Amino acid sequence: MFKKLSMAAIAVALSATSSLAATEVTWWHAMGGELGKKLEEIAQKFNDSQSDYKVVPVFKGTYPETLTAAIAAFRAGQQPAIVQVFEVGTGTMMAAKGAVYPVYKLMADNKEPWDPKGFLAPVVGYYSDAQGNILSMPFNSSTPIMYYNKDVFQKAGLDPEVAPKTWAELAAMGKKIVDSGAAACGFTLSYAATWVGLENYSAIQNLPYGTLQNGFGGLKTEFKFNGKEQAAFWDNLKKQQDAKVFKYGGPGGGAETAPMFYAQQCAIYMGSSASRAGVINNAKGFKVGFAPMPYDDTVTKEPKNSIIGGATLWTLNGQKNPDVYKGVAKFFTYLSKPEVQADWHQFTGYLPITNAAYELGQKQGYYEKTPGSDIAIKQITRGTPSDNSRGVRFGNLTQIRDLIDQQFETVLSGKKTGQQALDDAAKAGNAVLREFEASNSN
Amino acid sequence: MQTKRTVFQSRVLPYFLLAPQLIITLIFFVWPAAQAIWQSFLRQDPFGLKATFVWFANYTRLLDDPDYLNALGATFVFSVGVTVLSMGLSLMFAVAVNRVLRSGRFYTTLLVWPYAVAPAAAGLLWWFMFNPSVGIIPYLLSSFGYEWNHRLHTGDAMVLIIIAAAWKQISYNFLFFVAGLQSVPQSLSEAAAIDGAGPFKRFWTVVFPLLSPTTFFLAVINITYAMFDTFGIVDATTSGGPSQSTNILVYKVYADGFIGLNLGPSAAQSVILMLIVVVLTVVQFRWIERKVQY
Repeated sequence: MFKKLSMAAIAVALSATSSLAATEVTWWHAMGGELGKKLEEIAQKFNDSQSDYKVVPVFKGTYPETLTAAIAAFRAGQQPAIVQVFEVGTGTMMAAKGAVYPVYKLMADNKEPWDPKGFLAPVVGYYSDAQGNILSMPFNSSTPIMYYNKDVFQKAGLDPEVAPKTWAELAAMGKKIVDSGAAACGFTLSYAATWVGLENYSAIQNLPYGTLQNGFGGLKTEFKFNGKEQAAFWDNLKKQQDAKVFKYGGPGGGAETAPMFYAQQCAIYMGSSASRAGVINNAKGFKVGFAPMPYDDTVTKEPKNSIIGGATLWTLNGQKNPDVYKGVAKFFTYLSKPEVQADWHQFTGYLPITNAAYELGQKQGYYEKTPGSDIAIKQITRGTPSDNSRGVRFGNLTQIRDLIDQQFETVLSGKKTGQQALDDAAKAGNAVLREFEASNSN
Repeated sequence: MQTKRTVFQSRVLPYFLLAPQLIITLIFFVWPAAQAIWQSFLRQDPFGLKATFVWFANYTRLLDDPDYLNALGATFVFSVGVTVLSMGLSLMFAVAVNRVLRSGRFYTTLLVWPYAVAPAAAGLLWWFMFNPSVGIIPYLLSSFGYEWNHRLHTGDAMVLIIIAAAWKQISYNFLFFVAGLQSVPQSLSEAAAIDGAGPFKRFWTVVFPLLSPTTFFLAVINITYAMFDTFGIVDATTSGGPSQSTNILVYKVYADGFIGLNLGPSAAQSVILMLIVVVLTVVQFRWIERKVQY
């Protein structure tokens, strides 16, 4: 309660300082470090390009913290114009109809150009409602890929140019790496139980995650991720852990996964394509290989596309000055420019949001010059997306992901089998979904 | 006890003098508390666009929720662990410092230092020391054949937060114990010594019973501390995991309300916590202050 009050107080303090000639557009975001600097550079360039509007980016912490801060500010009537919300919060934002100003409507109301077909299909599908209208402005989308240590591969007697294609190959190579002493662990996974180890695993293997097209069809959805294939996959991870081939790096994003890869403890790291800049900066003294996520050849011979993570920009209703929305629309138009998009994409490793940005990169010869940079795009656009690989959309998914993390930990500590843990996770998750459905339907 | 009575000439003046404290209490305690109580009867979407009055549904569901019962159990283990560990150690330190005359002040200063460390910073320190991949303590333990990993082992995680929380509270307990020990008349111990009681016996039969008011007071303070003031430590070290083993009540309020955005159930949990504080306060003021013999 106190935290909420103090957040409201900060929101008041922030908005009180805005009394410049140009209309201020506040933008709350969750990009720290290098990404944050780049984001501020984009805002600065927009501000320099015209004089009517001033976009003011404010760093609000992690993704969940940013979402919570925006919601608290909304309840206090002090919301920012734009807030960056991660893909997990999409279900929550979509259900909050009165709070959100859908981007397609914003652009039409302010007579800004808007071409939904210009966006990469898998990105835009994730953020559209049942009628196909885009509700939030795609900004930073990523998908998990595999990073591997070529030097360790060499030391273990493996071909450093050949990454494992399937989970079975990965297990064999991991064993060879550990047995040969080339590294202490074979592989580590960020989002081991959620985005990478369950959501993307299900999508790539074309297994359902939930009913109603993984939640795209409405709030009455129920979890189906407790299939026998996913259970076998979790049991396999436990087996790999016991053989020292797999090392768990913590819940959520796995705070210790990337450091273990940088320290050459683990030979392979699977994480967001947007970790690319960080991996290149931190991989001191060894060569990094990039590869698509492995697939499970006991389940499928034809891996589907992977699904996206990252965040989009939501416009919040209730700004007192209607000019602010004009500024937001102008800024979004600026953001979708191929040069701006391509620059952001190439600097960060996030996917290019528009086809034009991808084409621009091809024209510049960027993908030939930087090997591995198009793995994410190719992986996310391969094949025809099925209902299982379009994405996942569930209310309160942040909380549900925590529940799944906890169940995964019981498997790793040997208390439950993969099947028991996933059944329990699905049961607890369904209870959260029913709660969400109840509080969002009148 | 003697009571002082002041008679004010004006009727307004006393209220005026009380006003700052009252206003602070109203704004920062009564108003949020009232809001929490109101919210605990509602089912609301995160943005506050729709709200349904659901009576006690949030409460009844809590009591059926195995996770909540688990959090109750974890809180019990945690607060007893923290209280016993931090009070035991600080009593030991206090007795030791009380015996040295000249350097006592120096040790006191050193022992009080940790109290100035913010809980989140303390949590981070312990997080580093116990980090399974880079921490020094798991490294040392592994040479004894113990594989420390509080990411996976529920026992390790609980031990970690108990140590981190108890360490922080040692300073506070220490100060009170030192003050308590100094008020125990030296003559009683000397009389016991003349009767042939050894140092150990003198402590347990003479000094310790005379310390009982301090001990009871600290027990209540420590339980309150462990239950309500350890959010930062849990957040920085274990975030309630693995598999909810360190998800104590106060952390669960945060996890459900701020991460899960389930405001109704989260508010119901904070109301229950509020009731626990009320009970502890009543125990302290009514029972301990009267029953303990000085």
